[in-house]
Amino acid sequence: MGLFDRHAGLLDAYRDVRTTGADPFQIRMERVLSPTEAIINGKKTLLVGTNNYFGLTFDPSCMEAAIEAIRAEGTGTTGSRIANGSYSEHVALEQEIAEFYGKKHCMVFTTGYQANLGVISTLVGPDDFLLIDADSHASIYDACKQTQAEVVRFKHNDPSSLDARLRRLGDKPGNRLVVLEGIYSMLGDSAPLKEFVAVCKKYNAYVLIDEAHSLGALGEHGRGLCESTGVLDDCHFVVGTFSKTLGAIGGYCVSDDPDFDILRVTTRSYMFTASLPPSIVASVRQALRIVKAHPELRTKLWDNVAALYDGLAAKGFKLGPEHGPVVGVHLPDRMMAIGFWRAMLDAGIYVNVAVPPATPNGVSLLRCSVSAAHTKEQLDHMIEVMAGIGRQLGVLSGPTLRVVSSR
Amino acid sequence: MSDIQNQNGELLLRTAQNMIVENDDVADTLVLRRPLARAEVMAEICRQLEPFQADDGRAITGATVISKDLSIDSLAVMDMVMDLEDQFDVSIPMNVVAEIQTVDELADTILALSARR
Repeated sequence: MGLFDRHAGLLDAYRDVRTTGADPFQIRMERVLSPTEAIINGKKTLLVGTNNYFGLTFDPSCMEAAIEAIRAEGTGTTGSRIANGSYSEHVALEQEIAEFYGKKHCMVFTTGYQANLGVISTLVGPDDFLLIDADSHASIYDACKQTQAEVVRFKHNDPSSLDARLRRLGDKPGNRLVVLEGIYSMLGDSAPLKEFVAVCKKYNAYVLIDEAHSLGALGEHGRGLCESTGVLDDCHFVVGTFSKTLGAIGGYCVSDDPDFDILRVTTRSYMFTASLPPSIVASVRQALRIVKAHPELRTKLWDNVAALYDGLAAKGFKLGPEHGPVVGVHLPDRMMAIGFWRAMLDAGIYVNVAVPPATPNGVSLLRCSVSAAHTKEQLDHMIEVMAGIGRQLGVLSGPTLRVVSSR
Repeated sequence: MSDIQNQNGELLLRTAQNMIVENDDVADTLVLRRPLARAEVMAEICRQLEPFQADDGRAITGATVISKDLSIDSLAVMDMVMDLEDQFDVSIPMNVVAEIQTVDELADTILALSARR
């Protein structure tokens, strides 16, 4: 029995995927030209699957800040914050994020994945209870594997399902931590956060919300769903990422808990990995300034979301339940999704393909992520291309032929 | 046998033997709960698993190994467990779900959790 034998099923499925001639999980961006364009397979390709919600990856001021930081402080920190110390800029970034949320404390992590993994698994321990949404991101599921708390799953976006599970815990001792996401990454739907928070208050449970896909996108100041639903003060922990709206990499968690900083010496994904390099910290600080100073980027993003979502819906595609920076297009099965994805790439449009087991309820999706940097022409073009491919592949019915009866 | 009386000690309700009286604080009423019967749990599990039955038409029994004898992935198993949880008003922790192999084990887990309430 070989080490890879247990992956036999997955290997077969992956072979199926690759017989289409392109591997959606090993795409090579030969050259990235802008937040919305790259050269793929020698061809200029429109990017609608890179979570670049504000299009800040090529913002001149962010790029300058990063270059300046490299000149001043070098390319990397070569170690963790507990071993090699914090640079002043790490601390400044943490203060700025804490201020952005009006919370007292912030911890910055090297990736958003590590922020979720470390914070969630460390906040709860033996005899505690961790309650997670069924459609949670992999980083949350991995935290469940690391924690010593008892983990219970509730139905996606269903406060009554959470209520039933908290009720069943009865008067068992132990803390309850409920983990939610601002915008879910596959279908772009938002949690009914107000209702969830009410349930959590009823049972005295702590709330942690992951705003990875909603930072910048939701709320008057772009703080996320916790702001747009008016419950920021009731969210004990807010986690987020620098790798989407802020155009770099890294993660954070903010909280008002006076003892929050103890996580710096208990959270393994913080302690045992190298800290963010100066260039990233500098570009993220600048990107955060842009988010604060330019609310019109948020307006532009939602205008683009409406254009793409409504345009695809009008063509007859089955989409995720609501407008969101992520637009999930439902397709009948895995092979159709992969074939559709390949046809899109051939037509010069890059989106993500999402198939089971990475998707909720075994659905197969083309996952599109909208950017404020997309132009109306780019999105109109994409809608036309998708409609054409949809008709060719029989996902959409063809143009309706009007039958005129002759009397 | 447990009786329910009002403040004056008058007998309001005599509960049948082997019934459990519990206070449902949501509805603020007293409900009578019969201990869960194994056959009932087995029937429900089999009903939920039926769509995933193997092509060879082998019947689902207590000995059926859920992840091996049926065409169901681990995520679908967890989703089915959520439905069973609500049906029988128990919560099965994720690490316990991961240990469950057979239909019998799943039924036993539900019965044990239900009895412990």
